[in-house]
Amino acid sequence: MLDKMIYLDNAASTRLDEKVLEAMEPYYFDTYAVATSEFGYSMGIDAKEALEEARQTIASSIGASAEEIVFTSGDTESSNMAIKGVAAALLNKKDKHIVVSKLEDFPVLNTAKAFEKNGYKVDYISVDSEGILDLEELKKAITENTALVSIQHANQEIGTLQDIEAIANICKEKGVLLHSDATHSYTRVPIDVSKVPVDLLTMSAHTIHGPRGVGALYIREGTPINKWMDGGFQESNRRAGLENIPGAVGFAKAVELVTPEENEFLKSLRDHIIKRAEEEIPDVTLNGSRSQRVPHNANITFHYVEGESMTLHLDMRGFAVSTGSACFSRSLEASHVILGIGGDHERAHGSLRFTFGRYNTKEDVDAIIDAVREIVEQLRAISPLYEQK
Amino acid sequence: MKFPYSKKVLEHFQNPRNVGKMEDADGKGLEGSPACGDMVAVYLKVNEDTKVIEDVKFESYGCASNIATASIITELAKGKTLEEAKNISWKQATEELGGLPPVKAHCSVLAVEGLRAAVRDYEEKHGLVSAKEPTTENVVRSRLKHVMNPMAGLDIVRTELVTKIDVEDGNVRILLDLPSNHQFAAAIKEDILEKIESLWDVKEVKVVFTE
Repeated sequence: MLDKMIYLDNAASTRLDEKVLEAMEPYYFDTYAVATSEFGYSMGIDAKEALEEARQTIASSIGASAEEIVFTSGDTESSNMAIKGVAAALLNKKDKHIVVSKLEDFPVLNTAKAFEKNGYKVDYISVDSEGILDLEELKKAITENTALVSIQHANQEIGTLQDIEAIANICKEKGVLLHSDATHSYTRVPIDVSKVPVDLLTMSAHTIHGPRGVGALYIREGTPINKWMDGGFQESNRRAGLENIPGAVGFAKAVELVTPEENEFLKSLRDHIIKRAEEEIPDVTLNGSRSQRVPHNANITFHYVEGESMTLHLDMRGFAVSTGSACFSRSLEASHVILGIGGDHERAHGSLRFTFGRYNTKEDVDAIIDAVREIVEQLRAISPLYEQK
Repeated sequence: MKFPYSKKVLEHFQNPRNVGKMEDADGKGLEGSPACGDMVAVYLKVNEDTKVIEDVKFESYGCASNIATASIITELAKGKTLEEAKNISWKQATEELGGLPPVKAHCSVLAVEGLRAAVRDYEEKHGLVSAKEPTTENVVRSRLKHVMNPMAGLDIVRTELVTKIDVEDGNVRILLDLPSNHQFAAAIKEDILEKIESLWDVKEVKVVFTE
């Protein structure tokens, strides 16, 4: 047993940075009023100022203007708002048709499935064996009457990055709106909406050492979008509900704390784990792309062994990682991402996802790969498949 | 620290008993399939006179529940007669383990089925199967429940991939709701043939795809 837990599941959630908490605290204990109008009381005006400052920080990080940012409760809400809001606004102007990729995370994927039940036609665009979207198929699927295209920027499991600029240009040419879920790339891979014509962008604080329960949606000026939750007139009447000002302030702080140097460091951890796994453990497959990949994700299949067995052994030794194995998931379904890149259950079964964050070190990577090597050896020794080959 | 399993499950998971292959096994059973999920192999050494299981080993390509159940089941089976071993139930195994999460039931059932398959294999090889049951549609269907659908991780019967089964004079025809060019078509067909062709009165098995 290690004396501390080594956490390598930063795509799922991250440890909050103390500096983020420090930035948030005054908005719980001192300036806890709602954001009031400029004619409100002073504490409310201060709160409003903090909220707008946070909004400006998020906007600047993607080359947007502050009015184009709406704070939400996280990426699930942002993506729901984007798709449901745009679809409602275009209901009688465009066809009941939306286009998504096969690898979307659940907020987009399950929203698309819900639309299908309500009479929408949904096209799920294929990806290649590295998870890169088939642009030709995308071009064929979109018509000028398509209501919305939603293609993620980076994949949640295998870390594959899409050429969002090419995708955005295809959509623009056809006059169709594009939403992109950037939860797993935001701040780790730059995106500039003043150059890339994406219309809506989902962001979240929980993947970048910010508070959970806060995210944002970028909405390009002029994008038709209906309000989808009824309530008050907050966020320029685009999102009802009391503003989460400490959350927004913490989110902005988290964004400021990410540096290009940190991203380079995470990339070095990623490359180190891939290198050691491939050099020291036989029969492994890297899932996703080697070059088009977020800096903080490595997803590797260790053939002939099962993922939940590996994660449990790792947990008992003090490591937290996740797997695409059906046995690990609540639904007992294998990862739709691994199946989507043409893998079978066997590929998903033995996959481990390592995702890195600010508090990881090279020593963590060395420790886990040592442990993985032993565990894989141990499990292969009892696997009826290993010897057969 | 909190783990999702009982102490006994974790103990068997970490130190599984009776692990490994048995080269000169008297009976062996293989359940599950690699393309789709967990897999268990059970090997038996049986005393021909007393029909007592003198040694038993297992191999697992599976999750913690699968490994732990296979481990406990080998402990339960050792020293028992074939009849007694056949009657070891999944319930008995899980109770012995101090319980398993309900969602994990199917991973552990596989281990129990592996033991039963090994006993059946022994009985078939030693002419102990009394009154052979003729192969009917129901027999075929229940065997197909051991063929996995790699897209779902469940068997092809429960996931409604099997649309029709015809049995006539030892000729079996199985219709699948799957195009022949599907990426898993060949693997599923192979798995079906393996499970059905071995039935004693089956002469030919045809797997028919949608196109």
